[in-house]
Amino acid sequence: MSALIEGLFNGISIGSVLLIAALGLAIVFGLMGVINLAHGELMMLGAYTTYVVQNVFKPWGEPWFSFYILVAIPIAFMVAAIAGLVLERGVIRFLYGRPLETLLATWGVSLILRQLVRSVNWLLAICIAVFCLLFFGGMTWLSRHPDWERIRNWVIAILLPLSTAIAVVTGFLISKMPVLTKAWFSARNVDVTAPSWLRGGVKVLDFQMPYARLFIIVLTIICLIAVYWFLNRSTWGLKIRAVTQNRAMSSCLGIPTAKVDALTFAIGSGLAGVAGCAVSLLGSVGPNTGQNYIVDTFMVVVVGGVGNLFGTIFAGLGIGIVNYLIGSGTLALMLSYTESLKPLVDVLLFFATSSMAKVMVFALIIGFLQVKPAGLFPQKGRTAEL
Amino acid sequence: MTSPQLTQNNPIQTDLTLRISNLNVYYGESHILRNVDMSIPSGQMVCLIGRNGVGKTTLLKTIMGLLKPRTGEIFFADKPITKLTPDRRAKMGIGYVPQGREIIPRVSVKDNLLLGLEARPQGRKGNESIPEEIFDLFPVLKTMLSRMGGDLSGGQQQQLAIARALMGKPRLLVLDEPTEGIQPSIILEIEAAVQRIIKATGISVLLVEQHLHFVRQADRYYAMQKGGIVASGNTEDLSQEVIQQFLAV
Ligand SMILES: Nc1ncnc2c1ncn2[C@@H]1O[C@H](COP(=O)(O)OP(=O)(O)O)[C@@H](O)[C@H]1O
Ligand SMILES: [Mg+2]
Repeated sequence: MSALIEGLFNGISIGSVLLIAALGLAIVFGLMGVINLAHGELMMLGAYTTYVVQNVFKPWGEPWFSFYILVAIPIAFMVAAIAGLVLERGVIRFLYGRPLETLLATWGVSLILRQLVRSVNWLLAICIAVFCLLFFGGMTWLSRHPDWERIRNWVIAILLPLSTAIAVVTGFLISKMPVLTKAWFSARNVDVTAPSWLRGGVKVLDFQMPYARLFIIVLTIICLIAVYWFLNRSTWGLKIRAVTQNRAMSSCLGIPTAKVDALTFAIGSGLAGVAGCAVSLLGSVGPNTGQNYIVDTFMVVVVGGVGNLFGTIFAGLGIGIVNYLIGSGTLALMLSYTESLKPLVDVLLFFATSSMAKVMVFALIIGFLQVKPAGLFPQKGRTAEL
Repeated sequence: MTSPQLTQNNPIQTDLTLRISNLNVYYGESHILRNVDMSIPSGQMVCLIGRNGVGKTTLLKTIMGLLKPRTGEIFFADKPITKLTPDRRAKMGIGYVPQGREIIPRVSVKDNLLLGLEARPQGRKGNESIPEEIFDLFPVLKTMLSRMGGDLSGGQQQQLAIARALMGKPRLLVLDEPTEGIQPSIILEIEAAVQRIIKATGISVLLVEQHLHFVRQADRYYAMQKGGIVASGNTEDLSQEVIQQFLAV
């Protein structure tokens, strides 16, 4: 019995992480019909941000260190949101209405981001900064020119190679300094130490409910309420809903759809950052952290039904729990007391590792989608065809 | 427009709300609009007539910026708007009531109306109230504020669509077949409302319409055939011939 409750609890806490990430993915997909394969890497950025914030707080000692996680959450949100904004403005906005290209492009970005955290060092950061300063600074400065529309392509043709060359030369000149070429994170996983008040746990029946996991559940609830409030009560939320439901008409009403897209993408990405922050409390984080979650996150969006907050909640928690109960062998253990279920138990035992559990959940979901192709809660009524 | 002298120098331009010249629009490779010229004088109601499928909606969508013309220019109050996005055009003062109404379905009637405020130059600005004039024109909306837009009947949606466009205080109201598929009693209400709007605000109106009764209330008409303007003039001079040829009556 207590094994079941423990399984449920752990499943819910993993489901919570999925839920935050899926929430971001779902609002972006609902609004723009864009599947962002780099969503997992935005989670990973959030996790690394938490790690950096922790290291900044470490030398300050107690009591400051205890609160780093509360600072890390908003910063992780901001970092991921800005990364998402750059991704949307720089890549995705040129690919609207072309889902296949979007998939490929965001997949490419996910590879770039993964390699970036492996190899980023001061040298690279300085080169990128120099390039951005020269190129975008130059573009902004020259865009005040009266003939801007006409000279634009020429300016790009000149500025792009010029800033690249200067950035490369700068990098070459300063590359002799060893301090600059040391990678920030290296390819190995890094560990985030939970602050003391998140270590330990409360004892329920005869198992420990770790505070860290309780914290993640609370964080998820806060995120859910915030997203719900933002979408349903704020003016920008209303604009987002309008554009989601009828993009052409919304723009004819005076709603700046490009801004709405950028904002939505930033918020969706920011949520991935928060999810990453939560993930860092569950275990060590590495460049591939996002990959472990992205498939499950997609499943949550698909099963929950697009653009449906409740569906996302149920699917997130459901997939988290089933995944955990199967993966940890809890389910097999529970059923093993009943003799007649022996074959089922054998099957479950076969799937009782975390990667095999994913296979089984995947199969279950495919089966589920055969029965309900539109997800748990398909839209009903006159508005359904949207 | 800044000095009286300038006004005298450009007497043709200043009193036109909308001017379209030599517009050519394509859907893919099919040529829909051919060399369309049209102008709407300030404060006038202009009606565009023509049989189904000749390109009336296409012209209106191009005016709103939903379609890009291959050639041609559109001026709104003397400013070129051909390159602007629909939201910029709406903010300049073009209110659009599309064919099929395009109410935002899963948003309440009140929120649909409030979305209309986005077209004001300074945006919504924390504005939460709907002016009484709107309910004077369309009393039925007052009782439905908390309903979902998609749950209204066709006639109610049409009234909502017009009210929503008015929320932005437009200078030009563009109406695409506002009486299509609506029961006769509501058609009269809508006609009366449009009349009252013109009297009260003095805005210009571009109307696409099939009902002769409604067409007669316009000042000028343009008749379209196969994507080109083939006749135009004052509505009083609308001959039985023209009506036979261009209206589906
Ligand atoms: N989205 C579209 N793609 C391709 N062709 C279209 C599209 N919409 C309309 N058309 C074609 O353009 C022509 C003009 O259509 P439309 O402007 O809607 O006519 P009207 O409003 O006068 O009835 C028609 O022949 C129609 O088949
Ligand atoms: Mg039409």
